[in-house]
Parts: sequence; structure tokens; C-alpha cells
Amino acid sequence: MALAQPDKVQLFAEGGVSTLRLIVYLTIAMVLMVVDHRGEYLERLRAMASRVIEPVYRVAALPADAARAGRLAIVTQTQLADENRALREALLLAQVRLNRMATLTAQNERLKELLDVQGDLGLGVRLAHLVDIDLDPFRHRVVLAIGGNQGVGVGQPVLDAHGVMGQIVEVLPGTSVAMLLTDPTHAIPVTIERTGLRTIAFGTGAIDRLLLPNIPRSADVKAGDKLLTSGLGGRFPAGFPVGEVISVENDESGLFAAAAARPAAALDRSGDVLLLQDLPQPMGPPAPEPATPEGDAPPPPAGAVPAGSPVAPAAKPPAPEPTP
Amino acid sequence: MNRHRVQAWLFFGSLALAILLQLTPLPQPLLPFKPFWLALVLVYWAIEVPDRIGLGFAFLLGLFGDLLTGQLLGEQALRLVVLAFIVLRFRSRLRFFPMWQQALAVFALLLNDRVVVLMIRGFSGDPIPPPVFWAGPFVGMFAWPFVFLLLDDLRARLRAKDT
Repeated sequence: MALAQPDKVQLFAEGGVSTLRLIVYLTIAMVLMVVDHRGEYLERLRAMASRVIEPVYRVAALPADAARAGRLAIVTQTQLADENRALREALLLAQVRLNRMATLTAQNERLKELLDVQGDLGLGVRLAHLVDIDLDPFRHRVVLAIGGNQGVGVGQPVLDAHGVMGQIVEVLPGTSVAMLLTDPTHAIPVTIERTGLRTIAFGTGAIDRLLLPNIPRSADVKAGDKLLTSGLGGRFPAGFPVGEVISVENDESGLFAAAAARPAAALDRSGDVLLLQDLPQPMGPPAPEPATPEGDAPPPPAGAVPAGSPVAPAAKPPAPEPTP
Repeated sequence: MNRHRVQAWLFFGSLALAILLQLTPLPQPLLPFKPFWLALVLVYWAIEVPDRIGLGFAFLLGLFGDLLTGQLLGEQALRLVVLAFIVLRFRSRLRFFPMWQQALAVFALLLNDRVVVLMIRGFSGDPIPPPVFWAGPFVGMFAWPFVFLLLDDLRARLRAKDT
């Protein structure tokens, strides 16, 4: 093909590229990026192109699936037996705990009826399989094998057996994309189990690390403290494990403490995840009436500021956060 | 005619494979070291058959990549256009470089690509990535000879079969 037009070949010449065309294409790309950044039409475009995208995802996941199948095929029987025993023990423990929980739940129901509290602890979950592909090593996203056709919606929390993994940020007809807790643009409102202190855990971009900046220095936070979702912001239901504090240090300004935490969920191990079906009811103060006179609205609680939504400008799900 | 078709198969097949490789998962610690496969394959074709690869082709390829990764429409398009422009501009020289010099040139290209990414993400408000972000070009440099020799060998074989 290069020989097709020999008279056009010029040694050490500009070839077929002119700077003008470069500038034109760069301008188009930049306009696209700016428009997409503002209007987020890429998601609509992706939804339209999902018939092309989803098969590509499935094909790209094939080698990993094959590797897993291969590993399963050559695993020895003793290993399987060991795993089986461990799982059996875990199940037994979980059953015991569940039985105890059932009594507590019943008691809780009765008390709630007495108090006439609304609010439901019943959780609808559905199992979702991960499509094992990597969209971008520096953004922590996972692809789930269920999508809009199965009733998945943006904002649904994603859990695994150990804790919260993240939330759905994009839905295609047959697949959906979830942002993990550790994505650098993710934030989740948490409370510290021991003290009840409310704060926010930010993703760091490292798969095993969360950051809790801006903790008052007087606050009682220690390594080993468990973090739970606080339920503020209404995106994640309250009381799910998020992680464990591993160190507390002063931040650069010296005015606040900053804690590092390890996520509870096994974020880097692919497999099956749970998707919370019904979104949790927003907790905290109700949104103020539009007609409320100035200064009458309750101030938002300290932890509710980013309200569990990704702080990424690329994904702005409407967080039902109270705006005073 | 047949020869052209076989060559076209190799061309589009290699690009499709690069796109799939880009999406293929790796164990978590290795993930940041994944080279920009699409760029490597594009550079090869831009050096060898420049009349197939124009800036427009690089642009469309990048748009397709963006559609797949779903981050920011135009990001990979911009990166690949810049890459293709530099390669096409210096093609005549790159082509006759010995392998190690070519690998160094590819390293410089990928490093430049990293800077472009950093600029784009900086403007779109993303945080500064960790230092391991800069590891990609090194891996790309070491992967380049293999990509080059593999594709070159395949092309030579196809050509030999035809004649």
C-alpha cells in the first residue's frame, strides 16, 4: 500500500500531516471534552451504543474468566475440602448471629411500633456478577453484569460480604458501572462505631486506603476504630461496615487530625457482589420547604456536606441533601 | 485484492486486540503498569503504513476507546491525535532507527501522552495521580520491541504467502 503512490513519498518531509489538521482535530477533541464535562452526554451516547459496548466487555472479560476456570479445574481436592470447611464454619457463625439478630429484630419492631417510628430495616438485595475488566487503572470502577433491564438504577449501593464497596454510577441496558469507595473522587459519610463521631471517608486512589481528613484534634479516634455508614445524605443505608481506622496523624496544617482507614470490603477480589435494591430512606432533617422564611431551616448536620455522592464533576447524582 | 483483504484483517485485528488488551484485567498491584496498548499498535501502523493512519483515523479510534471506557468523551481521541501527529511527522526518521532508539522514541511519546493525560485530568478537576502513574511509559518502552517484531513478522509472513 505504501508503494501504491511512490511519487508522493518524500524523505524527511512533513508527510501527509499538516499542522492545520492537527489543530482542527485538537479543537474538536477539546470541544467534545468540555461539552461532555458540562452536559454529560457521553452516558446517553453509551446507552445508545450499548449493543456494541457490552459484547466488547464480555469478550475482554473472557481471558480472566478462563483463568479462573482453569484455576478451579486444577485446584486440589484438599484445598477444596479446606475451603469447604472454612465456609461451613463461617456459615455456622453467621447462622448463630442471625438467630440472635432475629430476636433483636423482632424486639426492635415491637419497640418501633410502640414509638410509631417509620423506617424499614428490611433490605432487598440482589446478587450481581462482576465482569472482570479494567476501565482505567487510576479510577476505581467495576463493571457489573446486570443493568437497566434488570432494574438497576444510578446511586444503588454495592456491598459485599464484609461491607460497602461503592455505588452504581452508570447504567447500560445489560451492564452497569460502579464506583468503588477508594476512587479518588468518591466520598462516603461515615460514623465511628465506638464514639459516634460523624465524618466523611474519601477515596485515595489506593485500593486499600481511605482518608478521613478534617477530624477535630480533640476528637477521640484511635487506630482500630470501626467505621460504619452514617446514613446521612440518604445514599447509603446506615450501619454497614465501611472500614477500620489504621492510623491517625495530624494533617499538614496541624489544626486537624487526618485518619487513614482500610476498607472492610474486599475491593480487589472480584466475584459476586450484592446490590441493594431499594434505596435507603433519606435520614436526617427533611428538606426545608421552599417557602420557609430565611434562617428557619435547620442547619445541615456536620457529616452531610458531600452527602455520599461522588465529588467527581463527571458524576453528579442528585443527592437529597438539605440545603439551608 | 485478496492480499489487501488479508492485510486489512491484520490491521483491524491488531487494533481490536489492542482495545481488548486495554480492558483486560490484571492483578491489582500490576494494574498501573499496564502499557497503553492501543498507542503502541497505532504507532506501529503509523510508522509502517502511514497512508492508512491519518489524524482522522486516530481521532475516531480514540472516540471509540472513550465510548468503551466511558470517562470523558474526547480524552483518548486527543491523546491519539497528538501521538499520531508526532509519529507521522517524524516517521521517516523513526522508521530507520535501530530498535533501541525506536524504543526510546516510543518512551518519549508515551511520556508525552502521560503529560497530556495529566493536563486533561487536571482541567477536569481530578486529583493528581499517584507516582506509579508514570510507570506506564517504561513498560510501554519494554513492550515496544515485542509489539513491533510480532506485527512485523506477521506482516512479512502474510506477504511471503501471497507471493
